[in-house]
Amino acid sequence: MEYVPVDREFMQSDLLSDAISNQRRSEKRRWSVIGILFIVLIASFVLDIATGPSLLNIKEVANALLHLVGFPIEVDSTTKVIVTNLRLPIAIMAVIVGGSLGVGGAEMQTLLNNPMASPYTLGMAAAAGFGAALTLYVGSLGLSANIAVPLGAFICCMLAAAFLFALATMRHISSGQLILAGIALLFLFQSLLSLVQFVSSPELSQQILFWLFGSLSKASWTNLTIVACVISVCLFALIQDAWKLTALRLGEERAKSLGVNVSQLRLKTLFIVAIMTATVTSFVGIIGFIGIVAPNIAKILVGEDQRFFLPLSFLIGAFLLSSASVLSKVIVPGALFPIGIVTAIIGVPFFFWLILGKRR
Amino acid sequence: MLQVKNLNVSLDNLILARDMSFSLEPGKVNVIIGPNGTGKSTLLKTLFGDILPESGDISFNNATLKRKHLSQWREQFGYMPQDIKLDIELSVLEVVLLGKLDALSLRLDDALIKQALTALEKIGLLHLANRPVNRLSGGQCQMILFAQALMRNPKILMLDEPVSALDLHFQHVLLDHLDTETKQQGWVTLMVLHDLNLAAQYADNLLVLKDGNVIASGHPSDILTPALVKDVYDVNAEVTKDAYGIPFVRTIRQGFLPPKTNSQTHRSPSRTTAAQGLRNVI
Repeated sequence: MEYVPVDREFMQSDLLSDAISNQRRSEKRRWSVIGILFIVLIASFVLDIATGPSLLNIKEVANALLHLVGFPIEVDSTTKVIVTNLRLPIAIMAVIVGGSLGVGGAEMQTLLNNPMASPYTLGMAAAAGFGAALTLYVGSLGLSANIAVPLGAFICCMLAAAFLFALATMRHISSGQLILAGIALLFLFQSLLSLVQFVSSPELSQQILFWLFGSLSKASWTNLTIVACVISVCLFALIQDAWKLTALRLGEERAKSLGVNVSQLRLKTLFIVAIMTATVTSFVGIIGFIGIVAPNIAKILVGEDQRFFLPLSFLIGAFLLSSASVLSKVIVPGALFPIGIVTAIIGVPFFFWLILGKRR
Repeated sequence: MLQVKNLNVSLDNLILARDMSFSLEPGKVNVIIGPNGTGKSTLLKTLFGDILPESGDISFNNATLKRKHLSQWREQFGYMPQDIKLDIELSVLEVVLLGKLDALSLRLDDALIKQALTALEKIGLLHLANRPVNRLSGGQCQMILFAQALMRNPKILMLDEPVSALDLHFQHVLLDHLDTETKQQGWVTLMVLHDLNLAAQYADNLLVLKDGNVIASGHPSDILTPALVKDVYDVNAEVTKDAYGIPFVRTIRQGFLPPKTNSQTHRSPSRTTAAQGLRNVI
């Protein structure tokens, strides 16, 4: 058959304006996803405050919260005390810790170009666990246990991060090698942790175990203020580098070609994630899976433009931990189920779905 | 002018540049050719400041490449590496926009979006602007990355095998566009190509690399000869010139020598030995 050339008429100007409006529409859609997640998080947050040994209804909680922010609403004094002094710090802590773990995971995955990376899988959380256990074993050295244990966890977590840091500064160390080194750290600190438990008395061993389970019940307005300040500064620093981090996902060589100082960005981000992980882990213990799961859901929903990916990873992480907090209170009525167990139970099925989904 | 003087580079005890010197003028398309593993990509990475030379100077407009001023040095570059995989959940437009990384803020500027779309329009890929980049073909990704490099509006543009995944149409779209922009904007353009005929058509200056040295440089019509092809690639070739004086390289498969006259019977060659090949044509 003879080839007949086809005349093509492109309406380029229409295509141009279509492309701009499509881009704006796509941005609007992603902001809507963030908005919806924010509303869902608020719902979970209110539910978290409402659930507990004395069940409050949603209206009471909402009124107490509105009263707290200055609305002239009459609130029962018992409800006010329960909400303000007992439940609110825990509920806010769940949001901040969950969000931080989500963002920590998101940035580790970005940095190492691997969807399985998170502060947990790279041994930072295990190091914090070992630090806390060691402090409980050795004693608080004159400090109050409420300060010494988080401090021990923080120091060990930063030591593990410093090791990864040192590796990251070396030339010719690939992301894959960094992940393997992190996994090796995870096993090392888990072994050391088992060693401390092995040589401890049964009572101490149980204390260590409860710390490791992760718990939000240690939240108070004081430690909440510390955590909130540290995390806010870290998040602000991360969002400044949103576009550079997006470029980094194109690969290190390409990011360099776009003008990114890759080694500096890698170190800066690793440092910020280490501070975030060490801070939240030292106050609430080890909470796994949120760091892996939240960024992967965020990626599916809004893609990898960090302007959307970063806040959504925070919101999903916050929602997961907040809803895990609700579940931990209703699984066994009247008792508080360790939240670290609940997050893993929610996380594992999702993780399988994610892996199998990718294979499909 | 980009100048390289007495450059020595080695990687894992392999010498990739041996006392190499050359200079590249603005407004000209410079093409590097040479066998695999001869250090073409390494040379680009060295010029970009990604690999430290053992000795030698690299300078551009009287500024010399120094480790501590690497960021400023790289600001002048647009660099399109060899790897064309784009495994990221971003739209084509967003990937192109990353070319103007320093100008991007949390709210995307309409003018920047238009600039990125115009870059896509120029290479005939505007219709892909809102498509997810991880669902494009290798060739389309390569064109998108070319648009991204153009967005930087560099003083020096380096491209490592920019047409390796492109079909005939896009090979010419990319190279025609590159040639026009280089001349209009006065860029120093340096690219690695394997296709000698594309190199012959588009190069204003051809640099032939072998064993860490530039063994020949100049306009393709002056330096592309059968002897050069044989020396560099160990391949027999005929080099003819078309009506515009552009050299055309036709390689000859091993064990086959072309007939000397038109009257001789042309039989299909066997692949076995040179002697058999010779018998086939005689």
